[in-house]
Order: sequence, then structure tokens, then C-alpha cells
Amino acid sequence: MTNANLRLILGAATALGLGAATQTFAQDSIYVPLLTYRTGPYAGSGIPIADGMRDYLTMLNERDGGIGGVRIDIEECETGYDTKKGLECYEQVKPKKPVVMNPWSTGLTLSIIPKASVDKIPILSMAYGLSAAARGNVFPWVFNPPATYWDGFSQMLEYIANKEGGGVEKLKGKKIGYIYLDAGFGREPLPLIEQLSKDFGFTPTLYPVAGTDMQNQSAQWLNVRRDRPDYMIMFGWGALNPTAIKEAVKINYPMDKFVSIWWVGEDDVKAAGDGAKGFRELNWHAVGAEFPALKDIQTRVVEKGKSQSPKEKVGSNLYNRGLYNGMLIAEAIVNAQKVTGRKVVNGEDVRRGLESLNVDEARLKQIGLEGFSGPVKLTCADHNGHFPTYVQRWDGEKFVKDSDWIKPMSAKVDPLLEADAKSYAEKNAPWPARTEACDNKS
Amino acid sequence: MFYREAGQFKATYAADQAVFPIRQDRIGLALILVAAYVAVPLLGGDFLLSSVMIPFLILSLAAIALNILTGYAGLVSLGTAGFMGAGAYAAYKLSTLFPQVNILVWIVVSGFASCAIGVLFGLPSLRIKGFYLTVATLASQFFLQWCFVRVSWLYNYNPSGAIEVPARALFGLAITGPSASPVTRYLIVLTIVVAMTWFASNLVHGRIGRSWMAIRDMDIAAQLIGIRLYPAKLLAFAVSSFYAGVAGAMMVFLWLGAAEPDAFNINLSFLLLFMVIIGGLGSLTGSFFGAALIHILPIAVRQAPASVGLTIGGATVEHLTYVITGAMIIVFLIVEPHGLARLLQIGKQKLRTWPFPY
Repeated sequence: MTNANLRLILGAATALGLGAATQTFAQDSIYVPLLTYRTGPYAGSGIPIADGMRDYLTMLNERDGGIGGVRIDIEECETGYDTKKGLECYEQVKPKKPVVMNPWSTGLTLSIIPKASVDKIPILSMAYGLSAAARGNVFPWVFNPPATYWDGFSQMLEYIANKEGGGVEKLKGKKIGYIYLDAGFGREPLPLIEQLSKDFGFTPTLYPVAGTDMQNQSAQWLNVRRDRPDYMIMFGWGALNPTAIKEAVKINYPMDKFVSIWWVGEDDVKAAGDGAKGFRELNWHAVGAEFPALKDIQTRVVEKGKSQSPKEKVGSNLYNRGLYNGMLIAEAIVNAQKVTGRKVVNGEDVRRGLESLNVDEARLKQIGLEGFSGPVKLTCADHNGHFPTYVQRWDGEKFVKDSDWIKPMSAKVDPLLEADAKSYAEKNAPWPARTEACDNKS
Repeated sequence: MFYREAGQFKATYAADQAVFPIRQDRIGLALILVAAYVAVPLLGGDFLLSSVMIPFLILSLAAIALNILTGYAGLVSLGTAGFMGAGAYAAYKLSTLFPQVNILVWIVVSGFASCAIGVLFGLPSLRIKGFYLTVATLASQFFLQWCFVRVSWLYNYNPSGAIEVPARALFGLAITGPSASPVTRYLIVLTIVVAMTWFASNLVHGRIGRSWMAIRDMDIAAQLIGIRLYPAKLLAFAVSSFYAGVAGAMMVFLWLGAAEPDAFNINLSFLLLFMVIIGGLGSLTGSFFGAALIHILPIAVRQAPASVGLTIGGATVEHLTYVITGAMIIVFLIVEPHGLARLLQIGKQKLRTWPFPY
């Protein structure tokens, strides 16, 4: 072999090797798009959530070099909480093979649920979206841990019963007001209210707030003053929350009897001033930055200028909500790597990872979130878990834990969920039957 | 030089009265149609088809609906989104009640449901005019949206309160639902929009369209030359809401795939009004221009930094999009208050005498 020939072969080999190397480099990351909304009417809630999700995943990249040695390719797409723009984002990120979608909007979730099984991208709609999606046998590609809105409503009733001395029979004869966003999200508990009020003997009074009237609730609260309900339950979002709390303060509604679902942030309560002291809200994770993982975020992400979040917002309620979502994404990927034995996982793998997700106390401690939240364990049949939540109280400065973990009234909620999942599949016939194999039968 | 009608002799009245009397225009239109039917599906990716072209065509049809009412008949309406919703909900109800009938039939038939509602709200149009009629249509917008939230029968008592699109097929090819390919959906939308635009063009260039324009320009004079105001106005409402209804049904079934009542909110009505004003009142071409400017321009602006390799945060891009789109709207309105369609007309006029203007 002449020298020239050898050189040629060597050159070709190097070129090939380089080509292969760049190719592996291109695939050597896991693409996680984050559909967020930092603009528009709901930006106040959207920004801390977006920051929390992003910062947790960025921290994993900075501290551990990604997940299992594979970097996470994070990309935000701005939806403005608008379904049309959200769909545009979905189409935009789809060719890049996302491993999981977090729509962060009920409307968008409903739009992409049928697409998930076709596009092979699992949907993680954390405690929002379609409640019936908890049924894994009907919705193998959709996950909504750790609790549904129906669970949340029953937990609030349980909390009220406990305050009255324990036992649901204490609810008898009570008048419970329900103020809600008059859209899919707020109307979802209505069938449950109808049934539970019959079962437990309480009188519900309804105060719907139209989406266009979120900042003008004087009429509703005038009615509250007239009806004098014993307790108020709120399902609000965006501007509805601060307005409702302000109005409640204005009519001197006792704050310790005002309980909300989990979407109220600190700023929403602060806006109502001192009168809001004692306001209650459901939650399933801790508030505050006193956790090793959050400290890592402070030192490795926020202080390095790699976050869009102001330092003092780290650890706030909705920031931690986003962080919890980020943790679920990361744990699903970890699990997918474990289940498949592959490092660079795709959407189908992450679906399996989510389905066998098991973040127990030990694992929480391992990832630096000990005591941050309760354990999460999903199964093929149950994509929600229906985990307990607790009630937190606003002490004027911050949220503090006010109750033990409260379990949902699964006996009451499950039949409704089952019926709803069945009717969804019927109405959307021909709904594809589950063909995906199950990794953990337990 | 190229755009000149010298040598094109018209031997019949029909040729002289044609919508496109100049041969170059007809060739241009044919080229656009070929591009839309062949080039776009062949060369465009999924993103272009499902996030740019399908919404653009559907919004164009909705803009045509509003243009018939506002641009041709002079009745300013803020209820277009409500009528679109009426069409969408009608199509949903019909397709779930009678799943045997093809969905395309229901998409077109749902226009009639919207049409009936449109006529109902058009009833006061003889007595009230101008701003007062606008307020009446605004009432229809709020009333219809209220119905979409409150009347559970409309969304089959779904706890989510939204309407979902069942998967339906035509000759074994999925046309709605998740497995429908963007190309299929695009071609269906394109065909419906082209057919309805052609119909609208014949309508507005004929006796009916002329009577609408006469009413728009001066209703008393129109009455004096023998146009019956009430039937003509009601017809404008009927045709307009029929078009809006079909556009709404297509929006849910062929674009969004599911819809909350919020999809048909007042913002959409305003957006359509802007499209009509910017595109050109009383021009079908203008409706397409307006939809392109309002829908495609923001997407282009959003994609621009990424395509030249800049990484800017999503929120910043979004804010920039608002600023740039807003600025361009103002610029267009200052440069040509009669809309983009007028700009095209001026351009053509200039082109006719180019390169030797006189």
C-alpha cells in the first residue's frame, strides 16, 4: 500500500468518524419543550410556574450534566394561555421529537389529548386538564398526577368537616358557597357538588364568575353577604383569585372559612392586604426554599444568571408548583432510562417511565426534596394517583401548613371519573383501545 | 410592459363584465390556485400546513363573512366570533347526533344554523343603524358565548365544558381527529374556501351585491331606486353568518380539534374586524390580505430570530411580535387607509403604464 493511498484511507476514516461523532452529538440530548406563558392576562401565574420548571431542569443540567449523563435540551414556547398559539407551539416543537408535553392550559390539553397516541408524545397535565384522563386504560398517553379537581373539591369538604369536629355528617345543614370561574375548569365540580350535597345534606350556593368579569365580582359577593354561607370554596385562576379575596375582605367574610383550590399565589393574597390573613388554600408541596435542591438552584442557576426568576421568588408557591412539574418530568425520564436501559429516551419510553413512576420518600431525599411533597406512584390503570393534599393558611407574610394530609373521597369520586372516561371514549368514538403494554401490573 | 391589456379585445358583454377582464389577472389567479393546490402540499411541512395555511384560510373565510356584512352592506358587526361559534356547536351537535352522515356535509349544513341565528339578530337592523347596530351585534356575541358556557346540551353535558372532535373519515381517509394528516385537512379547507369565495364573488358582483353596496353608500337613495332595504339587509346578515358558521365549524373540526367556549370570544370578533379594515373594506382579496397580515405576520416575526440563529426568550419575542405587528398595522393604515386591497389596485394601475407612465 502506498503512502498516498494510506493517507486517503485514513482521511476517509477520519471524515466518517467525524460524521458519526457529530451525529451522535445531535442525538445526545433529550428534548423537553416547555409550553409557558409569560405574556397575556394570566402571566402573573404563568411566570413563576415557567421559572420553576425551567430552573429545576437547568439545575440538573448544571449540576449533574443532565439526566443519566444526557443533557436536557430545554426550549420554551410562548403560548400566552391561548389555545390557538399553544397549538402552533405544539406543531412547532413536534418535529424535534419532544419526550413529554406540558400544555399548562386546559383548552390546549383537550385539543392535544387525541393527538398524543398518534404522535407518540405523552402529555403531563399536572393536576389540570381532563380529570377523566386519570383512567390509564382509556388514556394511556395522558398523565395528570397528583390529584384531580374532583379530588380537590372532596378534600376541601373533608377539611371543612374536620374543622366542624370531624366526620362528614357534620356537613349536614351547612350552607357551602362555591365561587368559580364559569368555564370548563370551574364547572367541572358541579356534578360532584350535586351528588355530594344530596349524600351529605349540605346546601350549595353557586356564584359563577364569567371569564370576562373576573375583575368585577361585586355582584357575586353582594349575594354572598346576603346568603351568608358557612364556608366558601373557590375555583379560580388568573385575575379571579385576587379580586375574590379582595371582595371577601371588603364584605368582612371570615377568612378562616374561605378555602381555595391550589392555584392561588402569594401575590394574589398580598393584594388584599392584612384582611386576607387566615385565607386557606389546598396544596400538595411545600412552600419555601429550604430544600437542598432549591439551594442548588439558587447557587447554580439563579446566582449564575441562568434563570429569569428574581431571587426572592424562588420558593414561592407557584414557583414550587413549576418545580414540582419539573421534578416529575425529570423523574419520568430517569425512570424511562431505567425501564428501557437506554440513555437517550424518546416519547414512548417516557410514557412507560411515567406509567411506572414511583417517587417515594427515599427518592425524594435522594434528589434533595425531602419533605417537599408526599410520594407519587402511578400505575397503568391510575395515571393520577389521587394523592392527599393539605391545607395551607396565609399568615400575612407567607403560607403556613394548617392541616394534616387529607385523602380524597375516592369512594364518591371514582364512579364519576369512571363514567366520565367512558363517556369521553363513547363521544369520541372510534376512540382507540389501549394497545400499549403495561410495565408494572401492580 | 408585461401587465397590459393591449390586444385583448372583448367581443361580448359577458367578457367585458367579467370579474377578471384582463388575461394576466386570470393567469395570475390560475398560478395562485396551482401553487395552493400543488406546490404548498408538496413542499410545505406539517408546521406550514397546520399552523400557517389552515388557520390562514379559515380566518380568511371568516373575514369574508364579516366583509360581506361590513364591507359590502355597511353594517358594522362585532358578533362574528359568536356566529362562528354557532356554526361550530351546530356541527358538533349534528355530527354527534347523526354520526352516519359525513362530517363535510355537517360542516356545510351547520352554516344554515348559524344563518338562522344571524337573521334573528339582524331583525333590528332596519330600525337601528351605525353604532347602535354594532352594539346590538355585540349583544349577540355575548349572548351566544353565554349559551356556549351555560347550555350544557350544546356540548353534550361534557364535564370539561368543551366540544371535542370525533374522528371521521371520507372514503376511508381520515379527515378529522388526530390521525387526519395536515395535507388532507389543508386540501379540504382550501377546497371549501375556494368554492365559497367563488360563490361570494359572484354574489357581490351581481344584483344582490350591488344592492348591498347601494345601501352602504346611501340607504335613502337605494330605497328611492327601488331596493327593498329590509330584505337586502337581512340577506346580508344571512349570507354573512352562513359564511361565519362554516368558518367556525372548520375552525373546530379541521384546525383546533377541540374548543372551549373561550375560542369564540370577543377578541376573535375584533381580530376579524381588524382583518377586514386592514385588508380592505368591500374587497374579497382584501379579506385574504387582512388574514395574512394578522395571522401570518406574527408567526413570521416569531420565527425570524430563530432562523438567523439568534436565541431570544419566548416572552421577549412575543412582546416584540406585538410591537412589530402593531407598528405595521399603523404604517399600513397611514400609507393606505383603504386597506391592502387598494394598495394592490394602485400597484396594478402603476404596472399598466410601466415603464412609460403618462
